[in-house]
Amino acid sequence: MSRVLWTHLANNLRIEWRSREAVNSMLFFALLVVVLFSLAFDPQGPFARQIAGGVLSVATLFASVSALNQAWAREIRHQVLDAQRVAPAPGAAMFLAKVLANFLFVSIVQLLLAPVFLVFYNLRVEGNPWQLLLALPLGTWALVANGTFFAALSIRSRNRELLLPLILFPIFIPALLAMVLATESILTGESDPALWIKLLVGYDIIFTTLSLLLFDVVLNAE
Amino acid sequence: MTTQPLEAADSTLCARLDRVSRLFGAFAALRQVSVDFARGRCYVLVGENGAGKSTLLRILAGLLRPSAGAARVFGGLEPQAERARIGYMSHAPMLYDELTAEENLRYFARLYPGRACLAPAEALRQVGLDPDLKRILGQYSQGMRQRTSLARVLLSVPELLLLDEPFSNMDVESALQMVALLAGFRQTDRTIVLTTHQLELAAPIADWVLTLRAGRVASLEPGNPQP
Repeated sequence: MSRVLWTHLANNLRIEWRSREAVNSMLFFALLVVVLFSLAFDPQGPFARQIAGGVLSVATLFASVSALNQAWAREIRHQVLDAQRVAPAPGAAMFLAKVLANFLFVSIVQLLLAPVFLVFYNLRVEGNPWQLLLALPLGTWALVANGTFFAALSIRSRNRELLLPLILFPIFIPALLAMVLATESILTGESDPALWIKLLVGYDIIFTTLSLLLFDVVLNAE
Repeated sequence: MTTQPLEAADSTLCARLDRVSRLFGAFAALRQVSVDFARGRCYVLVGENGAGKSTLLRILAGLLRPSAGAARVFGGLEPQAERARIGYMSHAPMLYDELTAEENLRYFARLYPGRACLAPAEALRQVGLDPDLKRILGQYSQGMRQRTSLARVLLSVPELLLLDEPFSNMDVESALQMVALLAGFRQTDRTIVLTTHQLELAAPIADWVLTLRAGRVASLEPGNPQP
């Protein structure tokens, strides 16, 4: 399983390295959202710290959806997915590799976005900044694991680009709230983000496990 | 309609379709199709567009389940359970445009854990391609993609080869080379089921010619393969 997982992951990374489609489109979109919000609200001081978590989460969410919609596009084109389905390797490895690759792409975008964010929102972290390294990846994983699964679920649909946000957004709401509130708690330093981080851990475990268990059914659905 | 070649005794059977029907909504792509595929033989499926040829291959490959009836391979097993022993080639290349042929094959070979696969370079040589070609597949001609696709199928040394329109987009010379290659496989006890609109190309390797019409078996006639 681990060898096959690595094979899929290396393949996803190699193809993205050559095309840079996902990272470029996400970065451009997320930058636009962050800059537009800063122009619209002119955030300063405590207000900036209050809304920064929400803006970052929403920017990540919208940017990710554009990339997640294309998550399986290369596999659908030229029926590559059929060649993968007829191979005896477990489908779960293919799913997990796709989630890991997408997680890496979104994390790269967040890292590139961070300095822009700090400048435009004039941010100073009042709480423990290291907790951001826990809250943001956990929230991102929740988004990417669900997004990759539902993107696979909707690949046979004609309206898949519309379908993905329609399914993903409502299911992602608990994780989005936890991500926003955890980030806000860390930035303002006014409350303990532990509860929201625990909620994200629980959400990630439940939804990743369910997605892994159900992926073969989705992959072979007719 | 039940059609069974006399030579297809159970011990020599590679695959069997038993009253298989396949519906897509209200449209019946296959209707009560029963065919036995004997081991080491080449079956050429012909018929008009929409006759059910591709659907039949996809059922044998385990990519589709019959709506009714049963598909069995290698002595009564479901195709999904024996995927490692089946090679399937569609009219689409089934390969990544962004990778070279060698990278594509190396990737797919690793999806067959525990199976002794051919080296990618060897599979490419078998289909007449240069393994040292470093162009990505997106820059290949249609014919070269088709050959690479066949190389992907050969990679896992399958016992049952399912080839959907293998000669499409190929010039006559390349198609004849592919026929010669398939003739070699036939002699190694591997079963080939291929669909084509160019029966004259496949005739030299056809042990049986199966004609489908509107999802039914219209005829199953012995071919005239060259020794």
